[in-house]
Amino acid sequence: MSIRPLLAIAIAGLASGLVLYLRDRVGPRDLVSPVASVVLFALVASMAPRVLSGGTYELVLFEVLPGVDFAFRVDALGMVFATISSLLWIFASIYTIGYMHSLGEHAQTRFYICFAASLAAAIGGAFAANLFTLVIFYEVLSLVTYPLVYHHEDNEAWDGSRKYLVYLMGASKSALLAAIALTYHLAGTLDFVPGGLLAGVEAAPVLLTVVYFCYLFGFAKAALMPLHAWLPAAMVAPTPVSALLHAVAVVKMGVFCVLRVVFDVFGTGLMDALGLAIATAYLASFTILTASIYALTRDDLKARLAYSTVSQLSYIILGAVLFSPVAMVGGIIHIAAHAFSKITLFFCAGSIYCATGKRKISEMGGIGRQLPWTMAAFFVGSLGMIGVPPAGGFVSKWYLAWGSVEGGQFVFLVVLLVSSILNAAYFLPVSYIAFFGKEAEGESRVREIPLVTVPLVATGILSLLMGIFPGYFITLAEEVVR
Amino acid sequence: MGFPLLSLIIFLPVAGAVVVLFMRDAQTIKWTAFAVTLVDFGLCLLLLLSFDTSTHEMQFAEQRNWIPALGIKYAVAVDGISVLFVFLTALLGWICVLASWNAIAKMIKAFMVSLLTMQALMLGVFSALDLFLFYVFWEAMLVPMYAIIGIWGGERRVYAAFKFFLYTLAGSVLFLIGIIVLYFQGGRTFDILALMNADLGFVTQAWLFFAFLIAFAVKVPMVPVHTWLPDAHVEAPTAGSIILAGVLLKMGTYGFLRFSLPMLPEASVHFSTLMLVLSAVAIVYGGLLALAQDDLKKLVAYSSISHMGFVTLGIFALNSRGVTGGILQMFNHGITTGALFLFVGLMYERTHSRSIADYGGLMKIAPLCSIFLGLFTLSSMALPGLNSFVGELLILSGAFAANPLLAGISILGAVLAAAYLLSMFRRVALGAARVGERFDFWDLDRRELASILPLAVLVIWIGLYPKPFLSIIQISTDHLLTQVHEKEGAE
Repeated sequence: MSIRPLLAIAIAGLASGLVLYLRDRVGPRDLVSPVASVVLFALVASMAPRVLSGGTYELVLFEVLPGVDFAFRVDALGMVFATISSLLWIFASIYTIGYMHSLGEHAQTRFYICFAASLAAAIGGAFAANLFTLVIFYEVLSLVTYPLVYHHEDNEAWDGSRKYLVYLMGASKSALLAAIALTYHLAGTLDFVPGGLLAGVEAAPVLLTVVYFCYLFGFAKAALMPLHAWLPAAMVAPTPVSALLHAVAVVKMGVFCVLRVVFDVFGTGLMDALGLAIATAYLASFTILTASIYALTRDDLKARLAYSTVSQLSYIILGAVLFSPVAMVGGIIHIAAHAFSKITLFFCAGSIYCATGKRKISEMGGIGRQLPWTMAAFFVGSLGMIGVPPAGGFVSKWYLAWGSVEGGQFVFLVVLLVSSILNAAYFLPVSYIAFFGKEAEGESRVREIPLVTVPLVATGILSLLMGIFPGYFITLAEEVVR
Repeated sequence: MGFPLLSLIIFLPVAGAVVVLFMRDAQTIKWTAFAVTLVDFGLCLLLLLSFDTSTHEMQFAEQRNWIPALGIKYAVAVDGISVLFVFLTALLGWICVLASWNAIAKMIKAFMVSLLTMQALMLGVFSALDLFLFYVFWEAMLVPMYAIIGIWGGERRVYAAFKFFLYTLAGSVLFLIGIIVLYFQGGRTFDILALMNADLGFVTQAWLFFAFLIAFAVKVPMVPVHTWLPDAHVEAPTAGSIILAGVLLKMGTYGFLRFSLPMLPEASVHFSTLMLVLSAVAIVYGGLLALAQDDLKKLVAYSSISHMGFVTLGIFALNSRGVTGGILQMFNHGITTGALFLFVGLMYERTHSRSIADYGGLMKIAPLCSIFLGLFTLSSMALPGLNSFVGELLILSGAFAANPLLAGISILGAVLAAAYLLSMFRRVALGAARVGERFDFWDLDRRELASILPLAVLVIWIGLYPKPFLSIIQISTDHLLTQVHEKEGAE
């Protein structure tokens, strides 16, 4: 028993409360999140050594139902998710201050409260020991991010946020609720069991297949097509939200839940026996390619990034269901690789918007000369997405490709290659236009905002470092696969 | 037989009503009613705390001869199925008094007398162990309830009260016939426990099952005999709505649990699929109706039909999880819907409007009110971590074991609930603060906060740690199911 998992959730939760308490004093209020993020990261990091060596931290609070506890367990998979969420929160919280102040956004207190609460929910999900606990934090995350999505309170924001909630709540109240009720009925417990909770359960294959797809689509945060449309809709949120939450915490929560289902609820053996693995792999491949093509057609930078996220999330799912240990490792470290690169890209989009008010790529001609740090970081982030060494994306894609070859699944190797070309096709033009495009006539010169620029440079560097020193995440991923 | 705690609980409100009758000052009347209901609640708390969860036997039993010639007794007791509802009734009792503090303008004395009498009768229904006594309580309830809706209700109060009266009475007539048949066929006794062991033939059981079904279905209410509910709710004063949703609806499902299942086990098993179908219909149909409402009270009223459908779905799954979940959900629904009606009432007091379109941006003007409204909205849509989710999970898990198809259809109701509740909350609480421009809307005062807080605590408590409540229900449920399945198996 260890109190640390609960403490981690409490830190972010307390930060949320403290912001409310300090709502009338802007200075101290804004300092709460950066301080809390550092403390949270330190706490998460303090748990790393034991988890890296195969250990866990466990905390059982009480029994909810027979066979269902309210309990936490810090294992390798949860550690991957918690590490990136808490680490990137540090940069996001600094970035947010710069972003919100430079734009003079309204309702900043509400914004900070919900932002910190989202982190608490994400960490809670990462450390949940069973489906019941996981789902509580999963739903809380949907709810506390909702005010962040409707933040602007204009028609566009209401429309986007409605779509956001309809997709996420609709999926979870239908498919997910059914899946959990059926799992409880079949297994009598909701615990995560390495090797699969449902592995030894006597049940009709059809029923198990239904349960599986209910999970797969119930966790709509994973943005698997056709349940992906909430993610582009969520781009009406202020950019810090898109960056940390809709590129890292929220979507990774979805993928994380799917991985939990694949590894700990069904288990690789059952997935294979029912033919679910290959079906999921094709579904993921479809999403990877289709979303990339969508991205190609979007001129709004954030929309392009959102479709890119939809596509990249499916890499992670693909890796998990190819069932070669190497591909699994690839999928899991892609959680981190994508996070570092994509948050950088979103930070850049926000920086451009703060400095120039521009959102469309076609209007960004020559912008790189005015915002050199931003666009350099954008280029680095793009490399990560495409998978060019030494960026982190190269390592994960390498593992994924290696895994599909090892498993004899050449179809998916082709998918990976084609999608990488597509990635290049929709990311590189942005950098090209920015650095070599023509500036529009008569525009005043703009400058980068320091509080916004420093974090994005830092995450850009991190995305490179992750490629050069991927050891931490590989060790954790291997621990999961074992 | 020790201290007659249960009788004290039942008759204390009557004594209070009598005392109130001799008072004149409105303030004194209100405070007396509040004190009486609060003491009654304290006694119920004592009852709950000293309840033995290790046995299915009746507890706190009292028995006296009443009409010996017919074997009619005054017999009261509680078990794991009824004790929670005795508690719930007493909890909502003082909340109802608080909710009526300023809302009732005329004839406050008569109102408090009705309210106190109503409480006594409801407590009686849940504790009666003699069928005749039960029927007396059951029927007598109609009178004060008729008055509460018909005198202190809204514009169409007389119509609504009459409709409520007619529907319930029609059901009761069949119930009475059923009771008489039971008396003669079951060995000339009104003893409920004895009747559970009566050996009735299947045909008799089937007839009785349908006679009871109609009586109970009106109360629950199940589709298609639900149409009195929205009218009654819309016209009733807040306290009336809380009583209706919180307690009266539970009597229908309590009837199934106390009479239909243990006394008519074969018929219950035989017709269980029919009941599951009716439940699924109520769940989906109630949800669709709720989706179409602009009137806050109607929305909550129709949502009750859907939610009570989940309760009957769980009960007629006839397995441990389903029945346990059903009973827990009855309790949950009482708390959550009671609270929602409380909110509709206090919002109406400020704006004199129940139309969702008149609200908007409540969060900016009355944040505390909005946050609690949000909590109960989420509880009603069964957000994981809140009370209804635990019930829904148990019910669905039981229903999937009984009939996967109907369980799957019922899931639709859960989606609909999310849709109409979240959209209601968004239109009422979020967005531009329109409500402040038109009305003088003040945030919750201490009286309102006092009535909401205990309900909020229960919502979160049961959502995370339902074990104390489940352990009260569990043994009695298991015993009930052995009663049902043993006799069925013996055939």
